[in-house]
Amino acid sequence: MIEAAVIGVGQTKYEAKRRDVSMGGLVRKAIDKAMFAADVDWDAIDAVILGKAPDMFEGVMMPELSLVDAIGANGKPLLRVHTAGSVGGSTAVIAASHVCSGNFDTVLTVTYEKQSESNATWALSPKYPYSPHINAGAGGYFAPYMREYIRRYDAPENIGWKVAVKDRLNALKNPLAHLQIPGIDEKMVAETPMLWEPLRYLESCPSSDGACAMVISNKKLAESRNAAWIKGMAVRSEGTLSAGRDEVNPQGGQDCAKDIYDQAGITNPFKEIDCAEIYVPFSWYEPMWLENLHFCDLGEGWKLTERGATEIEGDIPFNMSGGVLSSNPIGASGMIRFGEACLQVTNQAGDHQVDGANVAMGHAYGGAAQFFAMWIVSNKK
Amino acid sequence: MSEEKKDFFVSDISLSYQYTAGNATTRFLNKVAEGKLVAQKCPKCSAVYVPPRGSCPRCGVATEEELELPDTGAVESFTIVHIPIPGNPIVPPYVSAMIRLDGADISFLHLIQEIDLADIRIGMRVQAVWKDKSDWGTTLENIKWFKPTGEDDVDPSVFKFKE
Amino acid sequence: MKDIYILAYAQNPIVADAKAANEVELIMPVVHQVFKQTGFTQNDIGFTCSGSCDYLQGAAFAFVEGLSAIQTNPPIKESHVEMDAAWALYESILKIQMGDAETALIYGFGKSSPGDLPFVSTLQTDPYYMSPLWPDKTSLAALQAQLLMNNGLLTKKDMYEALTQSISNAKNNPNALVTAMPSEDDYLSADYLSSPLSTYDCAPISDGASAMIIGTEEAAAKLGLQKIKISSVHHSIETSNFGARDLSTSESIIGLGKKINLKSFNLDFAELHTQFSYEIPFIRGLLDLGNIDINLSGGPLAGNVMMAAGLDSIGKSFELLKNSDFHNGLAHASSGPCLQQNMLVHLEKIND
Repeated sequence: MIEAAVIGVGQTKYEAKRRDVSMGGLVRKAIDKAMFAADVDWDAIDAVILGKAPDMFEGVMMPELSLVDAIGANGKPLLRVHTAGSVGGSTAVIAASHVCSGNFDTVLTVTYEKQSESNATWALSPKYPYSPHINAGAGGYFAPYMREYIRRYDAPENIGWKVAVKDRLNALKNPLAHLQIPGIDEKMVAETPMLWEPLRYLESCPSSDGACAMVISNKKLAESRNAAWIKGMAVRSEGTLSAGRDEVNPQGGQDCAKDIYDQAGITNPFKEIDCAEIYVPFSWYEPMWLENLHFCDLGEGWKLTERGATEIEGDIPFNMSGGVLSSNPIGASGMIRFGEACLQVTNQAGDHQVDGANVAMGHAYGGAAQFFAMWIVSNKK
Repeated sequence: MSEEKKDFFVSDISLSYQYTAGNATTRFLNKVAEGKLVAQKCPKCSAVYVPPRGSCPRCGVATEEELELPDTGAVESFTIVHIPIPGNPIVPPYVSAMIRLDGADISFLHLIQEIDLADIRIGMRVQAVWKDKSDWGTTLENIKWFKPTGEDDVDPSVFKFKE
Repeated sequence: MKDIYILAYAQNPIVADAKAANEVELIMPVVHQVFKQTGFTQNDIGFTCSGSCDYLQGAAFAFVEGLSAIQTNPPIKESHVEMDAAWALYESILKIQMGDAETALIYGFGKSSPGDLPFVSTLQTDPYYMSPLWPDKTSLAALQAQLLMNNGLLTKKDMYEALTQSISNAKNNPNALVTAMPSEDDYLSADYLSSPLSTYDCAPISDGASAMIIGTEEAAAKLGLQKIKISSVHHSIETSNFGARDLSTSESIIGLGKKINLKSFNLDFAELHTQFSYEIPFIRGLLDLGNIDINLSGGPLAGNVMMAAGLDSIGKSFELLKNSDFHNGLAHASSGPCLQQNMLVHLEKIND
């Protein structure tokens, strides 16, 4: 049985360029906030778990080695996780596993990306001498799958715009969110330049600097704090170029969701989960993940979005914080989802709080929609 | 005279690497240099991989058996890229398409041209347009792009893997 | 706390240059070997975890490419550390202890030949103050070795003996890369790369992969093999600020020795992740290992696959316990410049 809880979440302000801090300063800002929220001192931290996406994003190899002092790991066990875009989520799962294993009482986990210190698109698109250079970044990679989703279920074009608007309106209620676009509406999104059909500029995530940290503990500390108890957590992976993969509705995502629902005793996620922070870097992934995560039947996802079910006041609010569409420090983006879920169930989400949220879900995916990490948190032990 | 305060510096990192493609891919590319598209087949589930990476991740086994595929296939899906990518010589807008060769069980990305961009469809039949033979090397760039064959579209259900 | 047992281990022959071989082609043979040793398939594995590093081969997502060597239909519970696979083992142990899995597959792989490893490793240092000066891996190690010499804790003779003992031991390891023994003359007349270290004092640039399967006591019992238990495992890291560390000692290693209760059992041998000759006498002293045999497999000086060599220390200890009268082994894994991060593992043969 899992008996671990998040007792503190800390996030930096997300911006295109955090020139005011070094990488160490960036992670430390998130850590200080998480430890303050958890009301713990360094003596309480038994281990540190750091996650981030490819080292080439910042040009530092295994950066945890030079961040030791900034993350307070000196003299402690330190583990570095890298599972592509899902890393923020898998890092949270692995951090919690430290506690659930019985070896540690309290651990600190932190994830970050400082994309402004290098060129992520370059890092993702090396020019190999033996392949045609048609790689067009992550958007170019995922756009064909979104097109296939639209074809399969005959989804109208404006669904993507709706998601783009909804998440950015939520971001206006989250002072930490990178993109703040007052007055955004479907017309504004539809008039932004097409990047990778069917994706327009405002249907895509920004590139951000930022960090997110959490303190996770067993009942020793958690019982006396406003804690988000982890009721289920899981990861799943699939090989990239595997025959028979359905990239539109990956089996790994379906299995991972089923796993955490089983652990948490959830039989009807649409009814029993109060809100969810789901990794949606491109607008169309909201309806795609609604279906993949069993919130509705296949082909029904875009209809939920269309009728406003994922709005903050809706049946199943998605990405109250503004989501990845509003802030995307890649390595941290997954942990922000996991941490925001905790803030919701502990009633600490401020202006983007869902009234009476007791059970929330955090989700991250990465690679070629092949790596998945998820958890369910609740304010009840 | 006041000197402007800098809040960053550029640390030039230059490392050179000798890239290799992998043994399986090397075999494939050496055939591409002869104008042939040689796939590899999984000995367990018979899935056909092109370009091959030497394994079938469905089964976790090596793909040794080779078979030549035609340079015709269908569009599994596609996107029209409108933004220039740093270091990429292709001028947008251009089509990046998932091409499923006839007989293959995975797709690869390549260009489609010789058609109005608005007319490209999922399921459209296409054929490779090769560079002049004298320009061939060990690269998929031997294929300039794919072009429509004019045949009837295939139903997208054909892309589903059948064991 | 659940006891953890090593069920199988395999290592590719270590080569200086794996040529065209990609991640899949390095990993798959060792994974198939550990499956063969256990009779398992991927379906018998509860958790899979790997260790690798993108900068070695200079392309992002080495672990994503490598995953294609593994059966992932149905999708698997899997994760990856951008570290030596010894830490992938550590993560797997946590997963088993929390009840999320009964067994785990661990693999590590590294292809250092495509780049210039000593300078690639420079990027491990602080990006604002240190790496712009381009200190290479060997020079940083040399700082530590020279300090030990100046403090009277190390001699050239100690280093030569550590080297020759390693190479002599490597003759027993069919996977070793280096088996040629330098004469004392060769050794002493070799040019320094960074004084006091010459090429002989440095582990060779190596390509390869290793894999391991671990499991619960029940999983071990089912196989009916000799039981080798991971009795204790701890790891820790020190500051990256060289000026803030006393490089003539290692708080990390000494602390871990206490944590695994090194003095509470009769140690038979140690396999140390020592990438430089001086590190062998250094760690021998730090852990007060007396005249215990070190690196009977030859150790990293005979072949050093980055991101696998730490797991290899543990795997080689497992093999030694399995195939000898030894009862207690110590394995060590490390990461970062000047032994910045360390792991110590106590392995024990359990006789029913």
